[in-house]
Amino acid sequence: MDGSKIQAKQMSTPESSSLAKDAWHRLLANKMAMASLVLLLLISILCIFGPMLASHSFDQQNLDEVFQAPSLAHPFGTDNLGRDLFARTTYGGRISLLVGLLATLVSLVIGVSYGMVSGYVGGRLDAWMMRFVDVLYSLPFIIFVILLMVLFGRNFLLLFLAIGAVEWLTMARITRAQTLSLKKAEFIEAARALGYSHLRILLHHLLPNLLGPIIIYATLTVPAVMLLEAALSFLGLGVQAPMSSWGSLIQEGAEKMDAAPWLLLFPGSFFCLTLFALNFLGDGLRDALDPKHSKN
Amino acid sequence: MSDLSIENLHVGFPTREGFVRAVDGINLSIKPGEIVGLVGESGSGKSVTCNSILQLLPSPPAQFGAGKIDWSGKNLLSETESSLQKIRGKEISMIFQDPMSSLNPYLPVLEQVAEPLVIHKICGWDDAKVRAQEILQKVGVSHVLKHPRSYPHEFSGGMRQRAMIAMALITEPNLLLADEPTTALDVTVQAKVLKILRELCTDLQVSVLFVSHDLGLVAELADRVVVMYRGKVVEENETRSIFRNPQHPYVKALIACRPTLESPKDHLPTVEDFTGDSERTPSYSPVHPIQKKNIDHSRPLLETKKLVVKFHTDEGPFVAVDHVDLSIEQGKTLGLVGESGSGKTTLGRSILHLIKPTGGDILYRGRIVGPHSFAKRNSLRKSMQIIFQDPYASLNPRLTVEQTLIEPMIVHQIGTSMNDRLEKAIALLHEVGLGEEHLHRYPHEFSGGQRQRICVARALTTEPEFIVCDECVSAMDVSVQAQVLNLLKSLQSARGLTYLFISHDLSVVKFMSDHIAVMQKGRILENGPAEQIYDNPKESYTRTLIDAIPRANRSLNLTF
Repeated sequence: MDGSKIQAKQMSTPESSSLAKDAWHRLLANKMAMASLVLLLLISILCIFGPMLASHSFDQQNLDEVFQAPSLAHPFGTDNLGRDLFARTTYGGRISLLVGLLATLVSLVIGVSYGMVSGYVGGRLDAWMMRFVDVLYSLPFIIFVILLMVLFGRNFLLLFLAIGAVEWLTMARITRAQTLSLKKAEFIEAARALGYSHLRILLHHLLPNLLGPIIIYATLTVPAVMLLEAALSFLGLGVQAPMSSWGSLIQEGAEKMDAAPWLLLFPGSFFCLTLFALNFLGDGLRDALDPKHSKN
Repeated sequence: MSDLSIENLHVGFPTREGFVRAVDGINLSIKPGEIVGLVGESGSGKSVTCNSILQLLPSPPAQFGAGKIDWSGKNLLSETESSLQKIRGKEISMIFQDPMSSLNPYLPVLEQVAEPLVIHKICGWDDAKVRAQEILQKVGVSHVLKHPRSYPHEFSGGMRQRAMIAMALITEPNLLLADEPTTALDVTVQAKVLKILRELCTDLQVSVLFVSHDLGLVAELADRVVVMYRGKVVEENETRSIFRNPQHPYVKALIACRPTLESPKDHLPTVEDFTGDSERTPSYSPVHPIQKKNIDHSRPLLETKKLVVKFHTDEGPFVAVDHVDLSIEQGKTLGLVGESGSGKTTLGRSILHLIKPTGGDILYRGRIVGPHSFAKRNSLRKSMQIIFQDPYASLNPRLTVEQTLIEPMIVHQIGTSMNDRLEKAIALLHEVGLGEEHLHRYPHEFSGGQRQRICVARALTTEPEFIVCDECVSAMDVSVQAQVLNLLKSLQSARGLTYLFISHDLSVVKFMSDHIAVMQKGRILENGPAEQIYDNPKESYTRTLIDAIPRANRSLNLTF
């Protein structure tokens, strides 16, 4: 027994493995995911500091310099009011990234916990919770947002709330379906036989096994949210000129594509790159969290 | 009439661990009308061989080396897909393991059985349906005559497998490939399906390649047996000779390690005993750190009195467990036998209150067990544990072995510190024949037998007195089954454990149990000492169960 005592002490210290730690190591080994992470960080840094570095402010109009192609003074060119597109793109990135990530996070937290409880408890509670989701699904989104605006006034935070309030519905559905099939698994029953509490089973045994589909859906939610924001802005309910976001810039750019293609090109490529990076990162995360994908 | 000959077949798969030679240069031939049994444990390459014949393996990843599969002058390995399609189902047919998933749930059974005739342009739909009805009647699925539009879900597993056999044989093929066709069925159903298969194949003069992990089963059917081990053929002989005089140590072990009804043993021989191959089970050295608990003989450890479990279904209430009285003495094993649907699993789970009993009492050490007995800390959850059938499903795939073993101790506050708990976990791993090098691995890195050992270790973390073993070796190869059964026996004698051992396999139950209870349709038909149940069964149902067990020595009139 002495031997194992010494062994035990050596093992309990730094090497003790857990899913999170193992997943991080596996993620580090995934080149595509790491490249995407770096790219995302670069885009974020550019968006945070870009507007400060730009020679012009994002809302500074210069009617002498409308529709200028990219040049040294205006690296991304200018728009129909002579505003610097570099400043506008990076400034818009702040809003798009913030809306995209925060609203996704909100929908993730609400949707996953709602779906897990509904699926795990089952029975009548499940039926009521899902009918409530159905009711929310059937509310026209735009009317819902207008209602919020009327009640609370126009507010940037409201945008997160409105988008998050819609996006969590699908997340809850997906989580519930997964939970329903997983809760019949024998390891859940084994956990009950060992006397674990429901909270412990939910957080420690169900949640880690749900992460795969959740992460994939979350990476799909981010672009959906960014586009929703653009649609709201177009209706005058979201971000208002002279403020910008990638969605609204792309919309403007698409209108003036023949005359000034750079108006679409730059915000569009930022948007695409971010989505690519998020998707690769999501795939990498899903694989990293699955012990079966370990490559060593 | 044509025969199949496989010459020097190599099949491999590239994996992360390198190139795996699943089939490593085997030769096999089947003469017209011959029934050949292909036997081996999981991973021995028997199914890969079987699937290679009809080129059903996805390739890539499968890679075929030199060698050929000769079928009436054609090398099946180099045939085109379209010419293979003419052979599949017409000249060579196949039956699969799982009757639940090998029939299309959206098509009527009759149509599915008739379809091969139409596809191979033997006749039109109308004639095909008539012939399908004939053959379905032959295999004993007469239900279709009255209800020609019945769907697979209306059939039991045995019926579906019969329909599969009808579908495979309707084109009167020359060769039938049967890949573990009865493994998913109950013993009594298995016996019936085998009988039909044997009769039909003799009638139609079909040669059969019968793939199975169970040597005893193959002996009931096959003229000749081929044993595979790690991708190679280790022995090949007439069925009778292979049982009389096995040559290869692995084959000797396979014959010996299946528990028999006739010879009571304390310990089953395992493959290692014969091959002297120590790498199969690393460091199997049980230590017994726990002292035997004081055994109280004055009253049974566990009793059920008129236990009832009802389920509400769409068709009304269904009584799964019907007024069951059982009692188990401490340190003993009660075996519970029955077919699927007999309620034995529900009974086991209701004793642990994993399923809520509808009526009756459960007494543990003379005290009534209610839902509250499990709610409190230091409750009966510690004393009563369960080991499940499927070790692949009963371990959380995202927890390491260390986390799996330590979590119950944290929840029940066993052990003073994390180091103390870790030590206990390591001791448990040693006890079940694993080592501390396995602590940081995830379940998928283990074989089925090793996983079941982890499940056993997890059940032991709370130092229970009573364990429900729910079909805990049913999903295993006989050789692995022997190891796990031995482990359970040695743990029982070391720790004074009490088991409720649930299984559909009477020979396994007989090996494990002191008492046996036979269950059918929710009721206990018969209950008594193991020897008595076997030697002198009172109920005809028990007799049927005993007779259904494949026994090589009986069917071949051998004595050991």
